Amino acid sequence: MSEKRDSGSRLGDGLAQVGALGLFLLQVLAAIPRSLRYFAETVRQIFFVGAMSLVIIITCGLFIGLVLGLQLYEVLSRFGSTASVGTVVAIALYRELGPVITALLFAGRAGTSITAEIGLMRATDQLAAMEMMAVDPMAYVVAPRFLAGIVAMPLLACIFNALAIFGSHLVAVSWLGLDNGTFWSNMTGAVDVWTDVMNGVWKSAVFGAVVTLVATFQGYTTAPTSEGVAYATTRTVVYSSILTLVIDFLMTAFLM
Amino acid sequence: MSAISTSHTDELVRIRGLRTQLGSKVIFDGVDLDIPRGRVTAIMGPSGTGKTTLLRHITGQLVPDAGEIVVDGHDLSKLDRNALFDLRERIGYLFQNSALLTDFSVFENVAFPLRQHARLPEELVRNVVLMKLQAVGLRGAAELMPAELSGGMARRVALARAIVRDPTLLIYDEPFVGLDPIALNQVVKLIRVLNETLGLTSIVVAHELSAVSRVSDEIYLLAAGRVAAHGTPQELVRGATDWTRQFFGGEADGPVPFHYPARDYAADLGFAQVRP
Ligand SMILES: Nc1ncnc2c1ncn2[C@@H]1O[C@H](COP(=O)(O)OP(=O)(O)OP(=O)(O)O)[C@@H](O)[C@H]1O
Ligand SMILES: [Mg+2]
Repeated sequence: MSEKRDSGSRLGDGLAQVGALGLFLLQVLAAIPRSLRYFAETVRQIFFVGAMSLVIIITCGLFIGLVLGLQLYEVLSRFGSTASVGTVVAIALYRELGPVITALLFAGRAGTSITAEIGLMRATDQLAAMEMMAVDPMAYVVAPRFLAGIVAMPLLACIFNALAIFGSHLVAVSWLGLDNGTFWSNMTGAVDVWTDVMNGVWKSAVFGAVVTLVATFQGYTTAPTSEGVAYATTRTVVYSSILTLVIDFLMTAFLM
Repeated sequence: MSAISTSHTDELVRIRGLRTQLGSKVIFDGVDLDIPRGRVTAIMGPSGTGKTTLLRHITGQLVPDAGEIVVDGHDLSKLDRNALFDLRERIGYLFQNSALLTDFSVFENVAFPLRQHARLPEELVRNVVLMKLQAVGLRGAAELMPAELSGGMARRVALARAIVRDPTLLIYDEPFVGLDPIALNQVVKLIRVLNETLGLTSIVVAHELSAVSRVSDEIYLLAAGRVAAHGTPQELVRGATDWTRQFFGGEADGPVPFHYPARDYAADLGFAQVRP
């Protein structure tokens, strides 16, 4: 491994990884119909990855909201338009910050533990044992976590957004004295359910797929050693964060 | 079929011309081997010869570079995934490192294959699982988690899991490791009883000669990528070839290498090579 790093091109390695990830995605998609019989497992995973990330999502959402409220109130007051603090906060959150920051937090919290869990299953032959019991680990282990990511992420992003708006309201209205009615009526007037809110929901579903895909891939293909699992966990955070931001740009530029 | 095999026309597993290379190491270099139906066949050989690798070939976990593997009439190279899984449903496999599912209790580990493949009423599942756990002496440990087991206990749970669906072929990778003499005796008896009462075919990989001679009808001795000897336990111990004499006598010198292939010892330690 280290020899390759020294001599070979990192770009080549990276491209090979992307190719392998693409193949893995096809395998996961093919396994989804077979994973429907493990529906209970999928539901369990939704609760699991959701609950696992809840505390960090709530805390970060609140503080991002507080900071946004402060910053925007200060900037907008220069133009005498503090009335639109709520609007700007909401649009920024729904369209961008909510899905992206939630995805990054999700990668760090749930993604890493998915990688470590599947990586240890690999290292201790549990995946091989399932294969020998005629249970396909793609359908039983990987697909449920992938689906759970797609379902849980939009929910987490919604919670994040709600807490962030609450935070900005706290700063702008309760602390800095903006009128409560102005805050809400401007926001509800300017934010569109379809273009703004649903945009964010689609995005976060895609990010959920990206993060869990990278996390399960890294765990599934890890070198079966403790060092291998450690590397795989790191790579999950790095790759899924980069991929999330790249895909965010592409989706924003071409689809929305 | 009958043209090749000599005494056993009815073999469950037939291997011909098996060749495998892992990394740069040649593991098998032309192995021919038959596992007769309804018997206990032991596979012995020095550590690292590829016994586990052979079991992985037989169960389709690893595809050989060349050679033919036929299990119960199916050529493994021609089976698709579904057919392979159907075949595996009739195979019990005891992993060398137990490979229990760490998220599940002992009970759920043993119940896992039942729950996955048979829609049985809960009461029946419970009875079957407790019966199998009783057979390995661990009924009382049903509610423990794998992390709370000792190595020897984990192996017995893995054994209970391997036999829970009454398979037609049972493969044991080192079933006696880490067992105290009492448990070892029980497991030896269990393998024999399963074999005689249910008429299963068993493959046992093990190093303990005394246990192996009690449990097995035939022994294959693998060494250096080939079958070095084959026969009943008595034949092998008596009919002393260089291979069997060294292996069963436990001597370091002989045709079976004790050392993994290596550079010159003195050179490795940094001494100048002294030539005699
Ligand atoms: N993935 C791999 N890459 C390269 N070599 C491997 C790989 N897996 C196993 N080997 C080599 O294959 C050989 C056979 O391994 P195997 O596990 O089958 O041995 P074994 O006969 O079961 O030994 P033991 O009695 O110690 O369990 C070993 O020499 C090992 O170094
Ligand atoms: Mg082995």
